[in-house]
Amino acid sequence: MKRSNEPIFWSLFGAGGMLAALIGPALVLITGIAVPLGILFPADTMSYAHMLAFAQSWIGKILLLAVIALFMWHAAHRIAILLHDFGVHAVTVVKVVCYGLAFAGTVIAAWTLLGL
Amino acid sequence: MTDTEKVIEIQVLRYRPEQETEPVLQSFKVPFTDDMSVLQGLQYIKDYLDGTVSFRWSCRMAICGSCGMMIDGKPKLSCKTFLREYYPAGLRIEALAHMPIERDLIVDAGDFITKLESIKPYIIPKEPRTLEQGEYLQTPQQRDMYEQFSSCINCMLCYAACPQYGLDKTFTGPGVLALMHRYNADSRDGASAERMDLGYAHEGFWGCTAVGYCSVVCPKGVDPANAINQNKMNSAINYFTRFVTPKGGTK
Repeated sequence: MKRSNEPIFWSLFGAGGMLAALIGPALVLITGIAVPLGILFPADTMSYAHMLAFAQSWIGKILLLAVIALFMWHAAHRIAILLHDFGVHAVTVVKVVCYGLAFAGTVIAAWTLLGL
Repeated sequence: MTDTEKVIEIQVLRYRPEQETEPVLQSFKVPFTDDMSVLQGLQYIKDYLDGTVSFRWSCRMAICGSCGMMIDGKPKLSCKTFLREYYPAGLRIEALAHMPIERDLIVDAGDFITKLESIKPYIIPKEPRTLEQGEYLQTPQQRDMYEQFSSCINCMLCYAACPQYGLDKTFTGPGVLALMHRYNADSRDGASAERMDLGYAHEGFWGCTAVGYCSVVCPKGVDPANAINQNKMNSAINYFTRFVTPKGGTK
């Protein structure tokens, strides 16, 4: 039988899901609640200067790219298989659009981060 | 008997190929007591109301796997489901979803059986042993690796639950994939490589879209979704390492 190429997409999906489960809630708490309300962290934690400095360090670039790209690949795969289960059978179109968006998002994020 | 007799309405999906072109619902009023299963309700219908109603059953105790049907749209064993849960609203009984109906509540299990046979659902020893060598020994830990998956009774409820199987009949499906894992994960077995030829394909583990309803409906506590996920992980590792590992799997 023909070996499936699904492991490529599934690995990105799995990595993104793992990352989303582990740090997604923490990110929401920090960036969406704690910092804006000025609790737990100093008020200028997410100031432009701080964020730019973070994105200019290599460790910062890698972390930002991982969060942006893997979250997108996770979402792309989930949406693609969900549409299939909901009866959208244009499999190729769905895959090209979903994975294409994730791929474009990855490239744009990488390009932007490298340029900072 | 102190129990006052209650009456429940049971709608049964009928399909008699010689008189109907498509299945129709027929309604029956069935007197029941609190200890009566849905299967007993059907047996009452067959014995006292309409002897032509056809359905499969055998053990009445959730071990033979014969009496799976859609009860109010959910795949259940009719022997393990009680009429009292549906009183007073009544209930609707239909043949298992996703499978061709042969007659009334009897479905054609041919596709399932073919798939089951295709994965060699038996232990194929790593090497031949002589009688003098004695039995195959297994530690409790080795047994734990496959035990829950060996509880499958082939009732096909997970096939009726799986939207992917409903859409794509080339998909091997939850029960058979869980059994493939059951034998592959057995320390006495040595045929994992030949079974995984199918496992690595789109028709195998990769066809699963991770809905997980199979594990919800299983009457025996088997978790096919877990077996499939474990194998997606193994298959993904194999996919990326097959060219650098010294042994096997390369196609």
